[in-house]
Amino acid sequence: MIYDVTIIGAGVSGCAIARELSRYQLNTLVIEKALDVCEGTSKANSGIAHAGYDAKPGTLKARLNVEGSRRMQRLSEELDFPYRQNGSLVLCFDKKDVGRLNELKERGEQNGVRGLRILDRQELLELEPAVGDQAVAALYAPSGAIVCPFGLTIALAENAAVNGVEFCFGTRVLDIQKKNEGYLVKTDQGDVETKVVVNAAGVYADEIHNMVCESKMEITPRRGEYLLYDKRVGSLVSHTLFQLPTALGKGILVTPTVHGNLLTGPTAQDIEDKDGVATSAQGMNQVQQMASLSVPGIPGNQVITSFAGLRAHITTVPRGCAEGDFLIEQAKDAPGFVDVAGIESPGLTCAPALGEYVAEIVTDILKPEKKEGFINTRKGIPSMALSSDEERQDLISTNPAYGNVICRCEMVTEGEILDAIRRPLGAVTTDGIKRRTRAGMGRCQSGFCNPRVVELLAAELSVDESRIRKSGEASWYLTPKEQVKEKGAAYE
Amino acid sequence: MNKRKELVIIGGGPAGMAAAIAAYEKGIRDILILERDKELGGILNQCIHNGFGLHTFKEELTGPEYAARYVDMVAARQIPSLLHTMVVGVQSGNPCVVTAMNKEMGLFRIEAAAVVLAMGCRERSRGAMNIPGYRPSGIYSAGTAQRYVNIEGRMPGREVVILGSGDIGLIMARRMTLQGARVKLVAEIMPYSGGLRRNIVQCLDDYGIPLKLNHTVTQIHGKERVEGVTISRVDENLKPIAGSEEFVRCDTVLLSCGLIPENELTLDAGAKMDDVTQGPVVNDRLETTARGIFACGNVLHVHDLVDNVSGEAEKAGEFAAEYILKGHSDWGAAVRPKIPQKTKCTLPEGRDAGSQLICIGCPVGCLITVKRNEDESLDITGNTCKKGEAYVRSEMTAPVRTITSVIRVQGGEGKVIPVKTAQEIPKGRIAACMKEIRQATVKAPIRVGDVMIENVADTGICVVATGNMDISK
Repeated sequence: MIYDVTIIGAGVSGCAIARELSRYQLNTLVIEKALDVCEGTSKANSGIAHAGYDAKPGTLKARLNVEGSRRMQRLSEELDFPYRQNGSLVLCFDKKDVGRLNELKERGEQNGVRGLRILDRQELLELEPAVGDQAVAALYAPSGAIVCPFGLTIALAENAAVNGVEFCFGTRVLDIQKKNEGYLVKTDQGDVETKVVVNAAGVYADEIHNMVCESKMEITPRRGEYLLYDKRVGSLVSHTLFQLPTALGKGILVTPTVHGNLLTGPTAQDIEDKDGVATSAQGMNQVQQMASLSVPGIPGNQVITSFAGLRAHITTVPRGCAEGDFLIEQAKDAPGFVDVAGIESPGLTCAPALGEYVAEIVTDILKPEKKEGFINTRKGIPSMALSSDEERQDLISTNPAYGNVICRCEMVTEGEILDAIRRPLGAVTTDGIKRRTRAGMGRCQSGFCNPRVVELLAAELSVDESRIRKSGEASWYLTPKEQVKEKGAAYE
Repeated sequence: MNKRKELVIIGGGPAGMAAAIAAYEKGIRDILILERDKELGGILNQCIHNGFGLHTFKEELTGPEYAARYVDMVAARQIPSLLHTMVVGVQSGNPCVVTAMNKEMGLFRIEAAAVVLAMGCRERSRGAMNIPGYRPSGIYSAGTAQRYVNIEGRMPGREVVILGSGDIGLIMARRMTLQGARVKLVAEIMPYSGGLRRNIVQCLDDYGIPLKLNHTVTQIHGKERVEGVTISRVDENLKPIAGSEEFVRCDTVLLSCGLIPENELTLDAGAKMDDVTQGPVVNDRLETTARGIFACGNVLHVHDLVDNVSGEAEKAGEFAAEYILKGHSDWGAAVRPKIPQKTKCTLPEGRDAGSQLICIGCPVGCLITVKRNEDESLDITGNTCKKGEAYVRSEMTAPVRTITSVIRVQGGEGKVIPVKTAQEIPKGRIAACMKEIRQATVKAPIRVGDVMIENVADTGICVVATGNMDISK
């Protein structure tokens, strides 16, 4: 079969594009090297729907940001993922810098951000009593919001799949060859013929681009480290607190998450390794120190985990492309090859608008008809933790498995975990379960529920427990029984 | 089910069971134990090693044996329990209200004159310790690994580094070794071990596993599965010393870095918390500031020995009974439970293992000095009881150990049954004994004390079950 469109990468951008394309009569395929959606930059970021005052006016970034921010709430209702408009504050720590706060406000207004206001310290304290002594003023953006990055990506992907998009996981693109009409995408799982290729490969988008195009691109991953805190301190702040960028750096944010934790980060460090998501002692210290400027007294002993994500920062743009902006266009020397590259912050926010923008480029090329019976909505997995007692009772009476708690920290039940496995594009790894249900996301970090989740996955997938993985191809938990038997003991 | 009870006990581990029994003995008959796991016994069921019960039962038992005795006592009094049942909320008052759920009954409320909290504790996770590096599979808290090995009958890895020398870490070092894994080292950030001295001897020294004091893990390597760790020496402020890094190849990291009382429900009930114990504030009757709600065991503060948990829980059960029978009195003053001074366990530096022995007979771990006279008689000093002398005599001539492990089960409700050698066997026969244990399969049903293997490794000693298992339904 010849696909109309092949999207490389099942991050938030790839999934948003897939969902938009599923409105049309197109055979669309998504190829992903990981075993699940949302395995790269989309899983490790701030989880913020930015208001849109950061990007330079006139850029694609600015346009997609403001559009994305405006659409996120409606999308969260259609596709049932966690979103909360909590408002954001850019804190200014030096009277001399208040002018720059004003510049930011003006920039935001040029971009079309509504409701921006400069607050003096008194007004700031009324809105956010926990801010540090040094905060003298702030830019308040009421449209700033928080969103679950996993929830958003999974919702987009599931909805795309329900509307006919195919997904191939564990499939790595080795090469792309230009054919008379379209492309031959060579993967480690076989070849794919396609009319259009959409390159949404995140930090690897340069490698994919360079397989096809003469004028080369280079992406340098920019690592950002984060600390996630226990829900006990999740309400320390109610708004997302940024720091006004200074000569010393872009600053560290402090924000509640949409699930009620507290998140601080990210650092910014250019690295070479495109999978280099290791955290560092230095980075974690930096996050703690700088966060304390915004909010003093965040208790260090309430950290439940730390993680690092990579921003896809373009360091060399192909000839003729704009610098410092998203690179979203049909490649100049490769008709039908569409780059969606350099989607660093605010990429998550942009996703709803970006999907549509790229779909327009693709439909301009292929001129497809709209599809009858596109399903616009999707219902997520019910959450026992967030349900009222009456709703819980109802859920358990429809399926008793909702009465069996597996993850005690986040109160996730067997019923929810089975849902996560059985849904379209269901979870096949424990991280997949975690991102769909929050099992293992709590303060014990899966200490109690891991053996049970592994057991449920193995039973549902009809494999031995030693075949169950955390996320990556070789991320096994248990040694196969025959290997245990063969091996003698070390002390013998 | 009657949704009104005199006493509801949350948690069916050693604390909950002891509280239930004590309340029963004080005349309370309408008791219900709520347990989230598939059986009573709590974490003891996976603590298959011995060393429990010296105070309570005046004999050395394994965890499942200790639990089984309490399960029997609960059964003898016909105290009911609900298994697979999660409590999701507790409200103080007259009556108190406990909200719980399970598969069969859905969500339900129980009114109770009094409630005893006995939920136990959890382990500190990797994230809570800010260990830098990747987040691959193969990093487990020691208790999770213990569950895999001792309950699920599965091996979570082959080459192991253990961070933290708490007792669970030491016990798991031996356990993983006996099951065929290679434990590279145990790293401890403090200049002393957090575990018992006897465990250093019988879990590490016996198997040649190095204990690296003043060391910690400063990097976890491996993007998918653990591929190794960097360990570093730390200075007196516990900060890693640059230049002291050493790479250790391994596929598994076990963390034994402390326990935290599990007080979600306690907080939910509005009880005041104590920052020092990380448990609720209680008065001299173990009642929290949420009236009618009592606390005991590791939910109140982390205990060293289960015997102490049982003792404290008995009192909580009695106080709860008194509260139910005699009604309220003034709450009184807060009394912090006596937290045993954490043993700062070190083996004397430069100890000559040939003449200075650590007794493994009980948790005290006496340092005993022995001198062999010309006539081959022994001068033994430093022991505080007769056991010490006997231990040294045996250790100097023919050292012996009790071996605990699990054997695979066919047709049972569980996958493996915990076992021990009925008596100590010669140290030299451990490997042969384990080989037979690993290869054996037994059939359910099984009762504590049933012989699983006769004359194991030609020692003349049999391997017996230390737990019960019914036929699978």
